[in-house]
Amino acid sequence: MANDPIHQFQITKLIPLEVGGVDLSFTNSALFMTLTVALSAGFLILSTNGRGLIPGRLQSISEMCFEFVANLLRDSAGSEGMKFFPMVFSLFLFILVSNLFGMFPYFFTVMTHIIVTAAFAVMVIGTVIVYGLMKNGFGFFKLFVPQGVPGALIPVIVFIEVLSFISRPISLSVRLFANMLAGHITLKVFAGFAVSMIATMGAAGYAVALLPIAFTVALTALEFLVAFLQAYVFAILTCMYLNDAIHPSH
Amino acid sequence: MFISKALAATSEAAHGGGAESGGNFPPFDPTYFASQLLWLAITFGLFYFLMARIVIPRISGILETRKDRISQDLDEAQRLKDESDHAHAAYEQELAEAKQKAHAIAQEAKDEAKAEADRDRGKVEESLAKKLSQAEAKITKIKDAALAEVGTIAADTAEVIVQELIGGKITKAELAKAVSASGN
Repeated sequence: MANDPIHQFQITKLIPLEVGGVDLSFTNSALFMTLTVALSAGFLILSTNGRGLIPGRLQSISEMCFEFVANLLRDSAGSEGMKFFPMVFSLFLFILVSNLFGMFPYFFTVMTHIIVTAAFAVMVIGTVIVYGLMKNGFGFFKLFVPQGVPGALIPVIVFIEVLSFISRPISLSVRLFANMLAGHITLKVFAGFAVSMIATMGAAGYAVALLPIAFTVALTALEFLVAFLQAYVFAILTCMYLNDAIHPSH
Repeated sequence: MFISKALAATSEAAHGGGAESGGNFPPFDPTYFASQLLWLAITFGLFYFLMARIVIPRISGILETRKDRISQDLDEAQRLKDESDHAHAAYEQELAEAKQKAHAIAQEAKDEAKAEADRDRGKVEESLAKKLSQAEAKITKIKDAALAEVGTIAADTAEVIVQELIGGKITKAELAKAVSASGN
């Protein structure tokens, strides 16, 4: 079991719950979602409790997170995009903190399940479509017709643009899911090599096992980067898609 | 060798693990999709609520207050600088005015003193001229009087001399005629 790189993604019921034949149990996934929310919200609320004019260290961290996401959104979607700030901020922090939770051994990584990332992607694209139609009405469809394209090319361009729009939620969810999944599998596989080397090669195995262990250490560092980077990529793509909803003509 | 063994162990374990959850790769296993969606909605919904209602207004409030405070302090500094510049300019102006005034007063005093001196000198010169002319008039009078008496004295003297010399008598009219013919 310890050698199974897939076992870490196994969902286990902690509090069984079934409503109308649908399993809604509180699982290890739900536990880590709850921990993510508790830790990040708790930190943000407690660290800013003093509302210091001169921030302390913890308050500085909260302010930095805030300004980081605020600049991200303002740079890609303009000041009009700031009405989506709570959503982008929540998304970024939720993904970042749950990914970082996943870096602890034996912890569950919420984003390694495609249903979670797909839910986020659908939420983002749904927001883009609903807000885009509400704000621009029919003008939202100008998104699919770039300006300055020769008439003959328009059908082709529109087709490509529609396809690219449809692939957005898919790429958004699969990118995050696949990165987290692959990283954790790779880590587990390399760590598993070390275990099997020691099990099969005896004393010499300890020496040879140093290689996969070194790899595991390097990969752990890389995974910390990926954990942040994927949250950042998800947030910045969300900002750019929201920009399309706010300013559809490009 | 060890790799194949590890892979074998992996696939065994995967099968073993799969048996309890319907034989699927866990991330694609739909058994817990509903549960994950529900708990994601609950936790993320709560998180969103906490962010939108508490954290974001609070942090933007903190940043806003700080920004206001800084710009307020800068404005205050600018105001104080303007004030000091203003005071400095007023001081300079007042100094220049005072200098001008002092100069004017000095000039006036000088002019007045000069005018008074001129007036006094004029008065003195006038009185001197008056005294001079009086003295001249007096001299002229005395001279005239003296000259007028010279004839009489000469006549008297001549009479006495003639009397002493000749012993005779000569009339005054003759004498006066002789004196006036001989002298003057």
